[in-house]
Amino acid sequence: MTDLLSKYDALTAERGTLHAAGIRDPFSIVMSEVRSPTQALIDGRETILVGTYNYMGMTFDPDVMRAGQDAIQRYGAGTTGSRVLNGTYQTHAECEAALRDFYAMAGAIVFSTGYQANLGVISALAVRGEYVILDADSHASIYDGCSMGTADTIRFRHNSPEDMIKRLGRLPAEAGKLVVLEGVYSMLGDIGRLKEMVPAAKEAGAMVLVDEAHAMGFYGPNGRGVYEEQGVADHVDFVVGTFSKSVGTVGGFCVSDHPKLDILRLVSRPYVFTASLPPAVVAMAATSIRKLMHAQGKRDRLWENTRALHGGLKHQGFNIATDTPESAIIAVIMPDQVTTARMWATLLELGIYVNMARPPATPAGMFLLRCSLCAEHTPDQIAAVLAAFENAAARVALPLGRKAEPVAQAA
Amino acid sequence: MPDRAAIHTRILEFIAPLNTAGVSVGEGTRFADDLMFDSLTVMDLVAGIEDEWNIVLPLNALPELETVGQLTDAVTKLASK
Repeated sequence: MTDLLSKYDALTAERGTLHAAGIRDPFSIVMSEVRSPTQALIDGRETILVGTYNYMGMTFDPDVMRAGQDAIQRYGAGTTGSRVLNGTYQTHAECEAALRDFYAMAGAIVFSTGYQANLGVISALAVRGEYVILDADSHASIYDGCSMGTADTIRFRHNSPEDMIKRLGRLPAEAGKLVVLEGVYSMLGDIGRLKEMVPAAKEAGAMVLVDEAHAMGFYGPNGRGVYEEQGVADHVDFVVGTFSKSVGTVGGFCVSDHPKLDILRLVSRPYVFTASLPPAVVAMAATSIRKLMHAQGKRDRLWENTRALHGGLKHQGFNIATDTPESAIIAVIMPDQVTTARMWATLLELGIYVNMARPPATPAGMFLLRCSLCAEHTPDQIAAVLAAFENAAARVALPLGRKAEPVAQAA
Repeated sequence: MPDRAAIHTRILEFIAPLNTAGVSVGEGTRFADDLMFDSLTVMDLVAGIEDEWNIVLPLNALPELETVGQLTDAVTKLASK
C-alpha cells in the first residue's frame, strides 16, 4: 500500500522543524473565548485581534445578533437542504433582497461561502472553448473556480492593464471571455486598477467579474467596493463578495444586473449540490448588510485606524507591501520563514494576533505578517500593537529601517 | 515552420535564470521533480514563453507539459499555427 500522505512529507518535516525550535504552529490557533470584534482569549492570554478581516466589527453588533437569535427561534438550527430543494427560507429571500438594495442591482444569489461563490460563478460562466482571464495574484477561490470549470485559463501580470490587454488580444475575437479582477488583493493589501482595466476588458469583448470580498462596506459612496469608488460600476457585469469579512458572519454571493443571472441557480454545481446557510446566518447577514448602508462613522474609524497603524509601522522602519494604506490590510514583508514564524509567535506572546502568510499563498515567494484593521479598534489598541511590533522585532533581531529583501524567486 | 531546435535552445535560456539548483537540463528534465519549480515559477516561465512566440498556453494545459521536451513540442506546434 502506498501511503497517500507521504507526498506531504517535506511539509510535515518543515512543521516539525519549527516545532522543535520551540515556535508555536501559526496555523493551529484556538480562540477559547471571544470578547469582542477586536479581543479574544488565546492560550489563556488576552489578545488583540489584528488579523481577522472583521473590518466593520459587525460580529457582535446587537441588532445582528438579535436577528440571528430570532431566526433560530422561528426557523431552527439549519435547513438540511440545497437552495434549489428545501433549503430556501424566507430568511434567504430577505438576505438576497438586502444585497439587491445594498448594490442597487436587479439580481443577487447567495452561496454557502465566498469560496463557493467564486467556484460556482466562474465555473458556470465560462466553459470549454471559452476563456477565463485572471490576475496572477488572484485569490485561491478564483484559481480553483478555473480548475473546476472547463474553460481555458489565461493569467496576466498582477494589476497590469498592458499585460491583460496583450493577452486578451491573442484570443479569438468571437470566443466567450470572462475577465476576473479584485477590488482589494488580499495578500499585499493593494487595490485593483479597475478604472483602467474594467473598460479595457469590455473593449476587448470580455464580460467582467470583480471580487470585492475585502472592500465591501468602506469603498465608494455607498460602500459597494473599489469598483464603485473608481467609477466603473456601469461596466462591471458581476460582483462577487462574502459575508465573512465586513458583514461579520459567513456566506458568499454574486450580484448583477444581468437579466439572465438566475439561471446560475440551476447550472452552478457549488450552489446546487450543497446545503444552504442556516437561517440564523442569513438573517444576521441581511441585518448587517442593511446597517452597512449607513455606516459612515465606522468607515471613518476604519480608515483612521488603518492610517495610524500603517504610518506607525512605517515610521518604526518595517517594510510594508504598500507605500500608502490602500486598504484595511497592512502586509509587513519579512525576510524568511524562521524570522517570520518567530516574530509571529513573539507577537502572540505579547498579546497580538496577526496572520502569517507564506508561499505558495503569497506572490513572489514572500513571507508576510498581515494585519487587518477593524473599525472598533481603539487608539489604545493600535498603540499597543505598534509597541508590540517594535518589541518583537527587537527580540527576534529583525533589522528595521531598511528594505528586507524577499526570498529570491522567479521574476 | 518554426525550427524546433531553435525553440528548444531559447526555452533553455528562459529556464536558466530560474534553475537555482543548477540542474543539468535536457529534453527529459521535469519541471516539478527535477527542477523543483513550484506552480508559481512554472506560471511565470510560461508567461515569458507566451510573449516570446505570441502564443496562448492556458494554465489548464500545463499539467500535461511535465518535461522540457513536452513544452518544446507544444510551443513548436502553437508557433506554427
